[in-house]
Amino acid sequence: MRGLRTVFKKEVRENIRDRRALFNSLLLGPLLFPLLFVGMMWFLESAEQERAEKALELPVIGAQYAPSLIRFLEQNGTVILPPPEHPEDMVRDQEVPVVIRILPEYPERWAEGLPAPVEVIADASRQESNQPILRVKQLLLGYGQKIGALRLQLRGVSPQAVSPIMIKDVDLSTPKSRAILAVIFLPYVLMITAFTGATHLAMDTTAGEKERKSLEPLLINPVPRWQIMTGKMLTTTLFATASLALTLVSFRIVLPFMPVGAFGMDLTLSLSTLLKILLVVSPVAILAAALLTLLAAFAKSYREAQSYMGLVILIPMIPSLIFMANPVKAESWMMSIPLFSQNMLIGEVIRGESVPLAWYALSFSTTLLIGLILAVAAASLYNRPKLIFSTS
Amino acid sequence: MIVVKNLKKSFGDVKAVNGVSFEARDGEITGLLGPNGAGKTTTLRMLYSLLPPDEGEIRIDGMDPTKDAMDIKRTLGVVPDSRGQYSRLTTRENIAYYGELHGMSRQAIQERTDQLIQTLDMNDFIDRRTEGFSQGQRVKVAIARAMIHEPQTVLMDEPSNGLDVMSTRALREYIRSLKQAGHSVVLSTHIMQEVAALCDHIVIIADGEVAADGTAQQLLERSGCDSLEDAFVKLIGTEEGLLA
Repeated sequence: MRGLRTVFKKEVRENIRDRRALFNSLLLGPLLFPLLFVGMMWFLESAEQERAEKALELPVIGAQYAPSLIRFLEQNGTVILPPPEHPEDMVRDQEVPVVIRILPEYPERWAEGLPAPVEVIADASRQESNQPILRVKQLLLGYGQKIGALRLQLRGVSPQAVSPIMIKDVDLSTPKSRAILAVIFLPYVLMITAFTGATHLAMDTTAGEKERKSLEPLLINPVPRWQIMTGKMLTTTLFATASLALTLVSFRIVLPFMPVGAFGMDLTLSLSTLLKILLVVSPVAILAAALLTLLAAFAKSYREAQSYMGLVILIPMIPSLIFMANPVKAESWMMSIPLFSQNMLIGEVIRGESVPLAWYALSFSTTLLIGLILAVAAASLYNRPKLIFSTS
Repeated sequence: MIVVKNLKKSFGDVKAVNGVSFEARDGEITGLLGPNGAGKTTTLRMLYSLLPPDEGEIRIDGMDPTKDAMDIKRTLGVVPDSRGQYSRLTTRENIAYYGELHGMSRQAIQERTDQLIQTLDMNDFIDRRTEGFSQGQRVKVAIARAMIHEPQTVLMDEPSNGLDVMSTRALREYIRSLKQAGHSVVLSTHIMQEVAALCDHIVIIADGEVAADGTAQQLLERSGCDSLEDAFVKLIGTEEGLLA
């Protein structure tokens, strides 16, 4: 093991002096992702607020049929615009999010006490129209209820007779469990960070060493090749883990500056939560280091290695993407799937749920096992005599 | 002491080494001379156990590289064709890395490095990072790290490649001093002046086979030529790749 230690020590020293390695592993991820996250949250928050506070501009067709409705809308902060010629086209071309049309039979049916028709013309598939559509519908509904209650009172009936059920929301979600965005985003960022933190080192210590022609003299030393390879992989793992730890710390620093109020989140990550998350993702660092080293050692050149890396970086995204598209309830068998299990566990930890210890153990051990299998594969690749000659 | 018998190695259809036999005795400099692509590097790679031979036998001080690879690596000092160094480490650190890989103590590494600084004249750049070093400096670093553990047998693959006149002279002097100290030195080269100037024993390799073998004098007699240059050309059968 003396050789392994020597290789590890030398690789750490050499790469700490490498500005590119430091930048890629220790700066890029830990700075970029938290800032991206906070920026995204600010943007969402401000866009949401702007839409909620803006006066609702509403073109109305047939306003003359329902003067009292129009008055009600105006009283409630709506700016009534003159009727457009082609309301459907206007909505389709996104000139306005929503148009209402009061039909000619409105006054007649109103007078008879029958439901009077009002059309809401909108494209519900457009996310940015959701807010105005909801506001228009709520206003119309509010007006309807007000008039309905008045009519009942005129007939001597209590308006409460038409509300046989009163719905009360009892919300069991804690502020923490509402931190949905963070729950999706943080595991995603951490999985990617484990890989990005390992990429440069994995390539530099294997394909890079080959390309700089220092591998052959290195292998002439009386140290078994698997020890040389393991020393290199441990260095890569160390940098990936450091990258993860720094990313967590930078999230910890940055989260208090987030507009959490509007999202109803409690996102203060305590030190014990951070450590728990780090422990959960640490085997991913080993897995990433082993996988990337295997690929980089397989590559004939640094450039070939680089072309693999672009594809590999997709791997950590897969579980997060599946998770976003199809949120599933965590079950114990899922804990045996690397990346997927970490995704779930981090989510649970952030939500403040208590997780069975066995889940942690299963997630940790299966990921570690697969990492070790990949490491052994990389080691056996290093044992091939061909390794040296693939440069030219 | 190296004994090689009927060594063979093919890569696919290419017979890189096809029956090479020679001996390299202690206190002698043995030169493997041959044109580019003759099989010199492949032969050396089998000696330092980087490649397993297809056929034949190698004994280095009685040990077999295919069986005692680790022990052989401990007694060999190798300056291979690839001389890549770690540009973010200083010369001293580059050398110490190899010493540590050989299991030497910090004290021993330091003492030995001080010696090598004197013999190889490395004072100017011993604590500089190796980034941007000249060819001559690189060769010195490569030699120093190969010699850190005081190996008995020294293998050098084209050691004077890319060196200027002054560096070449210094290198030759150093190789002669190894011989004086009783080491067995094997060097490969395609430059016949080098062989003529240095080697006690010349093995001419062409097309993976030994074309001739002996001292400079013996080679002259065998070929019936007056000059070594003519003798080489005659023995190899071509002038290609021989002239520096």
